[in-house]
Amino acid sequence: MERIPILKMGPYLLVTIQVDMHDRVAMTLQDELTERIVSERAQGVLLDISSVDVVDSFIGRMIGNIASMSRVLDAETVVVGMRPAVAITLVELGLALPSIKTALNVDAGMTLLKSSRKMSHNGRSPR
Amino acid sequence: MRQNMQMAEEIRNGLDAIMKDWVAYQLSALTLRRDLLKETELRESSRSFLELFAEAFSVTSDSSSPSWKPVKDNLAEISSSRALQGFSPSETATFVFSLKQPLFNLAQQRAGNDSKQLAEILWNLTILLDRLGLYTTEVYQESREGVIRRQQQEMMELSTPVVQLWDEVVALPLIGTLDSGRTQVVMETLLQRVVETGARIAIIDITGVPTVDTLVAQHLMKTVAATRLMGADCIISGIRPQIAQTIVHLGVNLNDIITKATLADAFQIALQRVGASISKAAPTS
Repeated sequence: MERIPILKMGPYLLVTIQVDMHDRVAMTLQDELTERIVSERAQGVLLDISSVDVVDSFIGRMIGNIASMSRVLDAETVVVGMRPAVAITLVELGLALPSIKTALNVDAGMTLLKSSRKMSHNGRSPR
Repeated sequence: MRQNMQMAEEIRNGLDAIMKDWVAYQLSALTLRRDLLKETELRESSRSFLELFAEAFSVTSDSSSPSWKPVKDNLAEISSSRALQGFSPSETATFVFSLKQPLFNLAQQRAGNDSKQLAEILWNLTILLDRLGLYTTEVYQESREGVIRRQQQEMMELSTPVVQLWDEVVALPLIGTLDSGRTQVVMETLLQRVVETGARIAIIDITGVPTVDTLVAQHLMKTVAATRLMGADCIISGIRPQIAQTIVHLGVNLNDIITKATLADAFQIALQRVGASISKAAPTS
């Protein structure tokens, strides 16, 4: 069965989706990613969907779910590299995903993660 | 049938005489636009049409039969070129209708005092020429509609330029009414340019949008949401006072979107976001 690789980059996890996102693959990804976040004590997840050119409402919701789950595990998710056609489709499906962070590419996503981490650390009172 | 063949033969024999009458009639018609059409061109197209006409007429006088196809093609070519040149429908149709006079003269000569035969020939010719005239108008209309469609397409493309204001800042000045078709084009162009330029901020300027109703507002919000999904922030600028009032009266919620009154304000915010700043140069002494 096809699996989506999860790479560790410093304190962050990089997930690059390069296969067709069937429903089954998405479910497996959800399982594995949450487990990896816990085991690696990841602070952030970069979800690269630049090779995805077809989405449906299920995949759209799955992306939202993954982001919400990682946030519960205290890892910020940034969805990067969404294609124009995919963005338009998601909006037309009514899945604007207002709560997730997005960036244009992996580079910008990494910068965003670093800066948001810094801000939240500064905001937190020292224990 | 025999009559047709004889008539066609006479048309061919008297081609020059008919041409003379016909062209004279066309030239004298009030509707002829001498500024758009030269006399030599008129003669040329008249002659080629008349030759084809005689050819087809010798077979049958029913214009729907396939032997009339060359005539119709010729006519279609003339009509559509005239439509593109800016002739009016009646000016275009005069080309065919003015052929009645010379042909009727011919028929009269032929029939002599036999009024029954004359009536028959005239009736056939009238029906035939009327059909051809209508066909001309139809072709004219079609090519005009083609022009309109092309212009609509061009306007659609022209009206959505995405300009780069700064590194990582693009702007989209919207001009004209936003309907769903245009929104689609606007959205696609904007997103495509965001990818190409790697922009972090996209400014949509709606100074040129005359009215904003709920539908337009919804289209705008969709565009903003799609841009955000791509990873760029969107600012809407150029909101005129009346439009601000309309938006509130309509109960449209633009709270999640950054809005600015002018493009200049939006540009300043954009510069702040990308960490750039502009200052006036110190006066040189």
